[in-house]
Amino acid sequence: MREIAASEIIPVVRDLCMSANYDLGQDVLNAFDRAGASDESPVAREVLQELKENARIARQEQVPLCQDCGLAVLFVEIGQDVHVTGGDLKAAISQGVQQGYADGYLRKSACHPFTRRNTGDNLPAIIHLDIVPGDTIRITMAPKGGGSENMSRVTMLTPAAGYAGVKEFVVNRLREAGGNPCPPTIVGIGIGGTFERSALLAKKALLREIGTRNPDPEIAGMELDILDEINRLGIGPMGYGGNTTSLDVFMEMEPCHIASLPLAVNINCHSARHKEAVI
Amino acid sequence: MNAPLRLHTPLAEKDLEKLAIGDKVLITGVIYTGRDAAHKRLFDLIEQGKELPLDLKGQIMYFVGPSPAKPGQAIGSAGPTTSYRMDAFSPRLIELGLKAMIGKGNRAQAVLDAMKKHKAVYFGATGGAGALLAKAIKKAEIVAYEDLGPEAIRRLEVEDFLVIVINDVRGNDLYAEGARKYRKC
Repeated sequence: MREIAASEIIPVVRDLCMSANYDLGQDVLNAFDRAGASDESPVAREVLQELKENARIARQEQVPLCQDCGLAVLFVEIGQDVHVTGGDLKAAISQGVQQGYADGYLRKSACHPFTRRNTGDNLPAIIHLDIVPGDTIRITMAPKGGGSENMSRVTMLTPAAGYAGVKEFVVNRLREAGGNPCPPTIVGIGIGGTFERSALLAKKALLREIGTRNPDPEIAGMELDILDEINRLGIGPMGYGGNTTSLDVFMEMEPCHIASLPLAVNINCHSARHKEAVI
Repeated sequence: MNAPLRLHTPLAEKDLEKLAIGDKVLITGVIYTGRDAAHKRLFDLIEQGKELPLDLKGQIMYFVGPSPAKPGQAIGSAGPTTSYRMDAFSPRLIELGLKAMIGKGNRAQAVLDAMKKHKAVYFGATGGAGALLAKAIKKAEIVAYEDLGPEAIRRLEVEDFLVIVINDVRGNDLYAEGARKYRKC
């Protein structure tokens, strides 16, 4: 049994909040380059250039890539041989979020659903805990902006709908979302499980690096098929027209109930922020 | 793309008439910020027949809730938020003299109709480019609703703030035209 002090977790989460918001992943920057070289639309190429410049400024000056620094979504994998001492794990994570958003000049976006009063510290964080083998804690911070989250959907298809129904729903969702979710987007698709499980699968899918495929070759083929169809819509970067509407499609699938075909589509803006640390 | 056009605030109708969808425009002057909560408050004042905390005539409303400024910065990151959430309020503000909005994403038909009728335009700024866009904002001060934090109404002084024309005064729509041009399905 390895002991990890709760106080050790706080600064790790604090730093993740900041680095995730300042430092865009190289996989996303490379995808901007590829799209910038191939998109037929001059406006699209120009927008992609602006996004690269924006990422350069954010990294260099340590300022947020986007003013929407998101709700703090954290995936936490706790090794079953870890014993957290000296405090409450979730409280430590929350304290790290609070410090990160305050010290990092990050926008606090959490508010009461009806009064819209801001909670002031970006809490509560959305914390997904999982117990895994091992004696480490792996924390992934994935701040999620409101604009692209608003364009996401969960639906319960009939089993008869099959893959064709899934593809139709996802492509229509992207068509209807248009320029709203800040394309070029990344699309997370969760299929199977129950209502809430499909949504979690879709969210987790967004943590993958651009260009990585589902290990199941059949699902990998579906990812590329849907990506191709989305990029035929013509929506393009920021919706101004072009061939780059999404940078990638990630699909995760699990068995479901004999009566159901749960489908979740979680859309991420081009500011696809996530950073990971292992304690 | 063609070289950008330049616009100075307050906006004159004759300047807006020259704009066409897809035009790049550099704005210099004053723009006001407002998003969900501020729009709701402005709308409530209008409904009650009360005076607004700012004169909308010839002005530009930028849908943005900036991140906090670091020491030495005029403003934090400041890119556009999605505009459709302001659709319920924008037509009334346009009637009262608002001449332009800056945001991202599709607008409702009622907003498109109001823009055409009252000769107003809708500009897009690059969403998610908040660090870059903040460079063109030289000064920011809160003019109303400080309690709303990032959602307060701010008066921004901007120099060469880059936008693209999405809806012109003739009712054209870059989103519709752009997708039509590049669609392959």
